[in-house]
Amino acid sequence: MTMLAGIGRSFLSFLAMMGAVSTFAGRAIFHAFAPPIYWRLLGKQLIAVGYFSLPVVGLTALFTGAVLARQIYIGTGRIGAESAVPTIVVFSITRELGPVIASLMVAGRVSAAMAAEIGTMRVSEQIDALQTLATNPFKYLVGPRVLATTLVLPALVLVGDVIGVMGGYFMATEMLGFSGSAYIRNTIDFLEVSDVVSGLVKAAAFGFLIALMGCFHGYRSQGGAQGVGRATTNAVVSSSILILAANYVITELLFAQ
Amino acid sequence: MTEISKISLRNLQKRFGEKVVLNGVDLDIAPGDSMVVIGSSGTGKSVMLKCILGLLRPDGGTIQLDGNDIGTLRQRERNALLRHVGMLFQGGALFDSLPVWENVSFGLLGAGGISRRDAKDHAIETLAKVELDAPTADLYPAELSGGMQKRVGLARAIAASPDIIFFDEPTTGLDPITADVINNLILERVQELGATTLTITHDMASVGKIASRVAMLHDGKIIWSGNASDIDRSDNPYLNQFIHGEAIGPMRPDASTTMPKETY
Repeated sequence: MTMLAGIGRSFLSFLAMMGAVSTFAGRAIFHAFAPPIYWRLLGKQLIAVGYFSLPVVGLTALFTGAVLARQIYIGTGRIGAESAVPTIVVFSITRELGPVIASLMVAGRVSAAMAAEIGTMRVSEQIDALQTLATNPFKYLVGPRVLATTLVLPALVLVGDVIGVMGGYFMATEMLGFSGSAYIRNTIDFLEVSDVVSGLVKAAAFGFLIALMGCFHGYRSQGGAQGVGRATTNAVVSSSILILAANYVITELLFAQ
Repeated sequence: MTEISKISLRNLQKRFGEKVVLNGVDLDIAPGDSMVVIGSSGTGKSVMLKCILGLLRPDGGTIQLDGNDIGTLRQRERNALLRHVGMLFQGGALFDSLPVWENVSFGLLGAGGISRRDAKDHAIETLAKVELDAPTADLYPAELSGGMQKRVGLARAIAASPDIIFFDEPTTGLDPITADVINNLILERVQELGATTLTITHDMASVGKIASRVAMLHDGKIIWSGNASDIDRSDNPYLNQFIHGEAIGPMRPDASTTMPKETY
């Protein structure tokens, strides 16, 4: 009986959590767009999330592109199709690896920072202080973060796409004996707009999830430093899992025949 | 009580799960009064304050500020009301991402209609009233000592010239001398504004300094209230135990009275 009760309890708390996340998401979206918008805070977040994530995203994209080119070269070599390397590299990066890897890196950086900052504000009563100063914490804290991350992630991914393809290009031309002009021509000729656009759509969705999880766990944190630590961990783990799950769902929605 | 109360609580109830924290609190604070609510740690003083401020939703009873039942107000009306209310938090609760002057002028900037330059000038004037100099305005809260943080918190609470001010343990965590300085500042600034105040504390030195009326909260109810001058002449055993700080008496401080926090 205790086992059944345990299963029931965890199922109920899962449902409660889903409800809480949905309500939170609804309020976050509403306050991200309903005036007044705190432009100063939005700008601050755009810089914190976008600009300062560039090194992380650029470096991971560079290495991923290079490794990808090497592995695809080995794989296609088995069936004598090495000339497909540029096409497969750009296809994989724009559709999958660009958005997913960039978002996972940003999730580690940004959702953790948001959960820690908002969590600390919660446990030190700063969120209560906001409310007593007639300021809606959703509008002041959550809205700008969610909006900024959703807007800026596609831009980051676009940069990551370009750098990733460049990583593949360097590997192919320097180590694998491809000619530079042929590599670029093959990259461009077989690239479709939908490859890039689908990746950017994913990026926007992932950006929303990253900020949502960071804010959600931070906002609900309780119990001092330990609580903030837990919120930070939960934010990174849940946003990473949600990114991968959402990636599956969006891919099915966009490309399933 | 014939005149209209500035703050009025009627049968205020709040529980967290099984634990009943407030069990029918009745409290009236007349305009201009300095009410101090005392009680042991974990008796629900903070919960009562958070209910009045609208940070927690009570399970029952009514709260009136200036004759407005805050339970029935819409968000916009409540915000308008809050602009006449100041609050000094126990830990200061200063926004650590903002410099001191933006903390002090936060309410004014939020209300709009003031430029950042004017807001900063106003912040510096307000800081002077809590005896902090102009260069402090550009520091960040983390760069301040505990006593200075309390002063900035006080400056933020009085910046919008509120007519109701709440103080949550204004002297907790301060040395006796700094605590006395803060008490004096509170007294001066409140008299200057003519504000009505509600303070929760367990610091009897604070009570002696700033209270005009005192109420004692125990077991979720107000068990004694009266003029501050009558506090030593009461025959209430709970009150006597508390003001003399005795371990032996009707109250048995219980380790399990820690307050579960509400999830928002």
